[in-house]
Amino acid sequence: MVLIQQIVNGVMLGSSYSLIAIGYTLVFGVLHLVHLAHGEVFMVGAFIGLQAVLLTGGGVAVALPAAAIYLLAIKPIRARKGHYLAPMISTIGAGVVLQEIATRSFGGEQVGFPVAMDSQIWHFGGITLTSVQLVILAVSLGLMLALHLFVTLTRVGMAMRATAESMTISHTLGIRSERIIILTFAIASALAGVAGVLVGMSFNSISPYMGVDMGIKGLAAMLLGGLGNVYGAMLGGLVIGIVEVISVAYLASSYRDAFAFFVIIAVLLFRPRGIFGSTAHVEA
Amino acid sequence: MLDPYTESVLIFTGINIVLALSLYLPVSAGLLSLGQGGFMAIGAYTAAYLTTEMQWPFLVALPCGGLMAGLVGLAVGLPSLRIKGVYLVIMTMGFGEIVRVFFLNFEPTGAASGLGGIATHTTLPGVAIAVLLTLLLCFQLRGSRIGRAIEAVREDELAAEVIGINLTYVKVAVFGLGAAIAGIGGGLYAHYATFIDPAQFGFQRSAEIFIMVVLGGMGSFWGAAIGAIVVTILPELLRLGNAQEWRMTVFGALLVVIMIVRPWGLLGVRR
Repeated sequence: MVLIQQIVNGVMLGSSYSLIAIGYTLVFGVLHLVHLAHGEVFMVGAFIGLQAVLLTGGGVAVALPAAAIYLLAIKPIRARKGHYLAPMISTIGAGVVLQEIATRSFGGEQVGFPVAMDSQIWHFGGITLTSVQLVILAVSLGLMLALHLFVTLTRVGMAMRATAESMTISHTLGIRSERIIILTFAIASALAGVAGVLVGMSFNSISPYMGVDMGIKGLAAMLLGGLGNVYGAMLGGLVIGIVEVISVAYLASSYRDAFAFFVIIAVLLFRPRGIFGSTAHVEA
Repeated sequence: MLDPYTESVLIFTGINIVLALSLYLPVSAGLLSLGQGGFMAIGAYTAAYLTTEMQWPFLVALPCGGLMAGLVGLAVGLPSLRIKGVYLVIMTMGFGEIVRVFFLNFEPTGAASGLGGIATHTTLPGVAIAVLLTLLLCFQLRGSRIGRAIEAVREDELAAEVIGINLTYVKVAVFGLGAAIAGIGGGLYAHYATFIDPAQFGFQRSAEIFIMVVLGGMGSFWGAAIGAIVVTILPELLRLGNAQEWRMTVFGALLVVIMIVRPWGLLGVRR
């Protein structure tokens, strides 16, 4: 029973990692770029969510600054055909700016995150669930399902997949790839923003520096699933969440931040492309 | 004599040049690492532990730190043969995190409270010598047989292998060498800062070293050195104006602008 409880807790934590990892992987899919400001976008989402105390507030509002990051920091470099690592550096720069702005606007301290709902506790057999946990689970799984439907069923989603497959060919076929890229950025960031609010709700505190840690975990989750693979990112996030919670419960709790990476390195040694990765993105 | 502030900026510039060159070496063979902070931590902790706890002389402890980091680098370099591109970047980042968490829990070096009371052995002439030696190493390496092998591996692994270059040897050697130099840089840093804790060697440190190399231009070791100078001095210059409070914001924005204006790095050449 204890193990099941731990797995449930791990899924709660992991679903936030999944949302962040999906953002990374969406951006990587269309641009082949590791978007290193994504952790900061997540953090800004949490703070906007704190102001609005609404999930949709944190999610939708953060899509705007993220689209700005693309237009200001990434597109000009791509237009000039820079080195493939140049946009990564400029996203680090954009991340520094976001973090500094958040620190100046909200202070460098941890801020409490008011949970605007009654805290109810349910018991199912030996498993305890709080209402906050249920909301987190429902929201993140709901968003993942919505994303799946969007990507597979709608025309825009199809255009997104085509752009990820080959930007040149999809552009030739009449897909406006610039718009698709901005849309991808917006969706990726909205998911990160929602994850920010969810994490704020579950830990009851947020700080301008939380983006780095969560960003690294999200990257790890994306890598575990395989670059550019949305379903891999979902699963990768859950795996890392569960590994983390179980390592705290059964092994040394002080090593919790390292365990996720041990798992990743172990997986990469046997499957260098991640669980669902294709060979397509291994180079570059 | 220089005032203490200028001296400290110069010393940090020197240390950062060493660190940037430590990343330039693996990058020159196409192995990008976001875990240099981890190697730096190993060198810093080893050297500092040897001088404070074991009373070893600094000039012996410093190479020992480098050696330790180099050995770990060899061990990490081996899997890098199977893992490429972005996967390698993120895996090395994970390695950096593991090192940080390890020192956060390692009691002999003070765990989370850090290792203090390290004597100041790092002086400006000492750093200058270290920088010159590292530059000399890179310069010598470039023209040598192994240097040309490194270049061949970066340009086309398959072709390099076909003409008889031992890929395993070159990649592991260059990764280990870079790690050793990062360890030396860490030792120098520890004996100037006099206090080290795991937080100083986290992701931000690795990212900073990464920025130096890409900002300078990845084609030459001069580029890495210039990148290190810019990344160290720029935030200090921003202290001068009224921009004191906004300096990191401006620094971040300038990073973006520099990459837009010179997307191949400051000294890089479009290919």
